[in-house]
Amino acid sequence: MSNDSTRFTRLPETAAEREDEERATREEVLAFWNERFGVDPETFADHTFWELGAGKIWIYRGDPPSPVEIEGLGMTFLRTRQEHWKPTLEAVQRFGHRARQNVVHLTDEQARRFVAGEDQELDWEGDWGYLVVTHDLAGAAEPVGVGLFVYGELRSQVPKGRRRDLDA
Amino acid sequence: MEPIERYRPIVDDWEAFRAACERPLPSAVRVNTVKATVERVRTVLDEAGVAHEPVGWHDLLFVLPEDSPGNNWPYFHGWIHGQEEVSAVPATVLDPEPGERVWDACAAPGTKTTQLAAQMGDTGEVVATDNNLGRISALRSNAERLGATSVAVTHEDGRNHSLKPFGGESYDRALVDVPCSCEGTIRKNPDAFDDWSLSHVEGIAGVQKAILTRAVQVTDPGGTVVYSTCTFAPEENEAVLDHVLSEEECELVEYDLPLTHREGVTEWQDESFDPSVTRAKRIYPHHNDTGGFFCAKLEVTG
Repeated sequence: MSNDSTRFTRLPETAAEREDEERATREEVLAFWNERFGVDPETFADHTFWELGAGKIWIYRGDPPSPVEIEGLGMTFLRTRQEHWKPTLEAVQRFGHRARQNVVHLTDEQARRFVAGEDQELDWEGDWGYLVVTHDLAGAAEPVGVGLFVYGELRSQVPKGRRRDLDA
Repeated sequence: MEPIERYRPIVDDWEAFRAACERPLPSAVRVNTVKATVERVRTVLDEAGVAHEPVGWHDLLFVLPEDSPGNNWPYFHGWIHGQEEVSAVPATVLDPEPGERVWDACAAPGTKTTQLAAQMGDTGEVVATDNNLGRISALRSNAERLGATSVAVTHEDGRNHSLKPFGGESYDRALVDVPCSCEGTIRKNPDAFDDWSLSHVEGIAGVQKAILTRAVQVTDPGGTVVYSTCTFAPEENEAVLDHVLSEEECELVEYDLPLTHREGVTEWQDESFDPSVTRAKRIYPHHNDTGGFFCAKLEVTG
């Protein structure tokens, strides 16, 4: 039943410990979340990071021996091995509350369009690139997913299978 | 004779039971405490104008009398998950503690798996097994939407569950919510009895015995195993328990359940079962206006 698509390999702690030059390290993953979004590395102190295939990083609370050949390990977390690393919607919904920068807050109407997969013009003076997108839910800001801001436009990065025209 | 007639000897208030089986069941949801609180879910449902009623025996469940869950903000954020009341019973009875290792033997589509992860504060490890890749993909997407980072998914038959990927480590607890003839889901699936046959019941009982046996084997002495089905057939319930009690080092234990229920039956047709099967609980649709369910709690002794 197993094949290469089910082989999770634990990320090395640091560059000195890695055998595959292309593989991200735990140190780099923590630095990315800290530098891009201001998420404290302590947030992930109890989690391990795993790569499945090339560049698909998963976050897991447990600590099985590496590699582990199973179907799923926690949740997808980050896409590496490309010019700009990209967090997943799941990672942002789960940990995005801790973000202190590159966070854009949308109105309810804008958030609906974002979730439906629409790109929209946005008045954003901050950095270009991937942003944590939030909106108000039950009276507080709640992270809804990842947007890509370029050329005055917020491009929805909600995966096709998760796009919705929400009722309420 | 309709298949359901076979339960007349063990169900009290037969007419009320039959009438309840004819009534549809409203949608219910569970609050996902990995991402939200009951207070915030209540607020957001109010804001959205979605009617919701609390469930007396379980703080995290709401009945939605007019709506189905699935296309609103709290669902998109993974704050709620559709889960029928009785389906919340087995994980509640298993009652895992934060940091423990738990096996969910027949896990897809992950409703109970994510309930376990939430009960454990998304710490420890929930190994979720299923033998169907399509259903595993639903399990994975539910676990991700609900933000469970402590769930590991394996594709295998629960009868042959391997501890190898995790270095041979055994479990503190196991949830054995087996595939069954689903008679208790008649209110959601009015055709649940259409394909009913005794040979199917007997065949699936063999699978159930083997999965429960494996669960007892991979759980530490002193650990807890919960066995559940959504069916009324004693062949799939008390007879399975009777089998594992005679083959493995385990015993049935008493537990509290604040839902009206009946105890497990010791006699069925020509068979009699270990007297301790009375410690299992039968939940009938007419007692609490829910689906039908069966749930037993075992302690591993050897």
